[in-house]
Amino acid sequence: MIQAQPTIKPKKLDAATIITIAIIGVVYLLAFVLEQVMPATSMLFTVLKKGATYALVAVSMNLLNGFTGLFSLGQAGFMLIGSYAFAILTIPVAQRLSVYQYYDGGLVQFSLPWLVAIVLAGLFAALFAFLIGLPVLRLKSDYLAIATLGFAEIIRAIFQWDKIGTLTNGSNLLRLFPTFADFNVRDESGQVLVYWSTFVPFVIAGVCIAFILMLINSSYGRAFKAIRDDETAAEAMGINLAKHKMIAFCTSSFFAGVGGAMLAMYANSVQAKSFTTAMTYEILLIVVIGGIGSVTGSVMSAFLFVASSEWWLRFLDQEQMIGAWKVPLLRNGFRLVVFSLIIMAVVLFFRQGIMGSRELPDLFRKRHKLAGKGARKA
Amino acid sequence: MFDTVLPYLLSGISVGGQYALIAIGYTMVYGILRLINFAHGDVFMVAGILMVYISASGIPLYLSIPLVLIITAGVGFAIERVAYKPLRSAPRMSIMISAIGVSYTLQNLVLYVTGGLNQFYPSIPFISQSVTIGATSTRMVTLITPVLTLVLVIALVLLINHTKIGMAMRAVSKDFETSRLMGIKIDNVITVTFVIGSFLAGVGSILYFTNYSTVIQTSGAMPGLKAFVAAVFGGIGSVPGAVVGAFIIGICENLLKGMDTILIKAGLSKSMLGITTFSDAFTFALLIVILIVKPTGLFGEKQTEKV
Repeated sequence: MIQAQPTIKPKKLDAATIITIAIIGVVYLLAFVLEQVMPATSMLFTVLKKGATYALVAVSMNLLNGFTGLFSLGQAGFMLIGSYAFAILTIPVAQRLSVYQYYDGGLVQFSLPWLVAIVLAGLFAALFAFLIGLPVLRLKSDYLAIATLGFAEIIRAIFQWDKIGTLTNGSNLLRLFPTFADFNVRDESGQVLVYWSTFVPFVIAGVCIAFILMLINSSYGRAFKAIRDDETAAEAMGINLAKHKMIAFCTSSFFAGVGGAMLAMYANSVQAKSFTTAMTYEILLIVVIGGIGSVTGSVMSAFLFVASSEWWLRFLDQEQMIGAWKVPLLRNGFRLVVFSLIIMAVVLFFRQGIMGSRELPDLFRKRHKLAGKGARKA
Repeated sequence: MFDTVLPYLLSGISVGGQYALIAIGYTMVYGILRLINFAHGDVFMVAGILMVYISASGIPLYLSIPLVLIITAGVGFAIERVAYKPLRSAPRMSIMISAIGVSYTLQNLVLYVTGGLNQFYPSIPFISQSVTIGATSTRMVTLITPVLTLVLVIALVLLINHTKIGMAMRAVSKDFETSRLMGIKIDNVITVTFVIGSFLAGVGSILYFTNYSTVIQTSGAMPGLKAFVAAVFGGIGSVPGAVVGAFIIGICENLLKGMDTILIKAGLSKSMLGITTFSDAFTFALLIVILIVKPTGLFGEKQTEKV
């Protein structure tokens, strides 16, 4: 195991770090203020909430794929576990009869506070990751990808099995658990006094991403990067491969589980069949667009991706008229075609993505190491 | 007892043959490029969609089938040129991501063209006919598939073992760099591999969709993954291995689908257990078990890792 450097000087905050902290502060402030002043139905908040969720999941995937070099495609499976764990644990006891209407109110007859449930959601996902990781992490790159993909499919099938319906509600929806909207403070008449429904997901995602960042910058993180760059050399340097891979895998899954819980809170309902392979692919593509190996990139591209798919590029799915001229090609599904082409362009021509492997503070530092072809956006 | 099992066994053999035709594409590409061609299942689906549209345009069957096969082979060729060739010297992960991107693109294109609706596959006169075996009624395609699969596989094995291009393929899959030094035109070999793989996926799609009768943009994903598992099971890089693996998976999967009925008829179980849910999961469980117990598969060669 790599030990931390013996003499770590207390880091002085340089200008770049201060600018970064300021930017993050402004973003959070905006997220809070805008929600108070703008109509709650604005698409902006849908994008921000879902964006925060996807940002977390993308960063958690980046931890594996970008920083540890483990090409895992099981993200949707771990999100599913997180979503279900959260929903099952938080549905109020009084509502259980109506949710589990085919299963006599279900097996679980208690409900936990949302914060506890979110942590448990992550822990369940991490536990599954540990169990699946024992055999699977011994596999090399593409075999690992297929095995984790297969695992996600198995999970999806099992959660819909009606024999365990008292727990999972079979293939029916889980609903009526706390959602982001429940964070808004209301008075007796139901009028909202303070909106928190966007700020809270930002905080959850922010705390989790900060944790991942700290992990990446710790001695564990350096070991992860060593494994990514050269497994054999890392092993020769005394890094315990099995242990570090397992730590990365479980941590990533923990946060994917938390992300799953957030997705449940965003969507107001959970159903196993929505956690498809396509979802994993989407997250992978977010990571790729952002830059494999950049946390900032994943976050930025998560918001860009969600904003484009839910909001900005929606017009591509409807027929548009410019004056009397009907724009050709536009109809249902065109948005996704445009999307795919953008993604292929990124994969083929801008392999570095938006950020390459740089982080936000790097943008404000002198460009001494940036003479790469990927350094196109600052 | 046998009468209960027979229909599942028959459809298992038939589906197995169809998986085999897809699996060959995976195993050949993996053998040469060390790439899981995630888009291969979607090429298979595109072949199905092409058939729907071409036969809807009124072209007679004896022309439309070859046309579908040729275009499908062309699609495979185009994918290789556009998405994989520029990344030849890039890290493995980049090519894999590119493959996933192609898969996503093909699915979305088909979604756009079809509007996301199930397309009804045209019925092909001879192979959609019903036949009766014992007490079981099935379609002609069930019987034709294994025969056709075997014929094609034998032809392919002959091609690989006894022609110049086949020899080149074997050389490239053995050692990419050295075979290039020996004057083999790598790009030609890769092109031929993709064309053959896509062509066979096209044949597979005709047989498969005749059985299932509808095509949608996601119909390629599952058969694709299962065929890949079959390829791994048989030992990736080995054509006969992929075929054997595909038949085993097809049969097991269909027996599991019918397990409830079989158990009840045999008196071993009183009620439906819902084992059907696991017919897809089984394939992946099998994959994980093989990768752990015997990563080289049934007929695979052991690879040594060079530092």
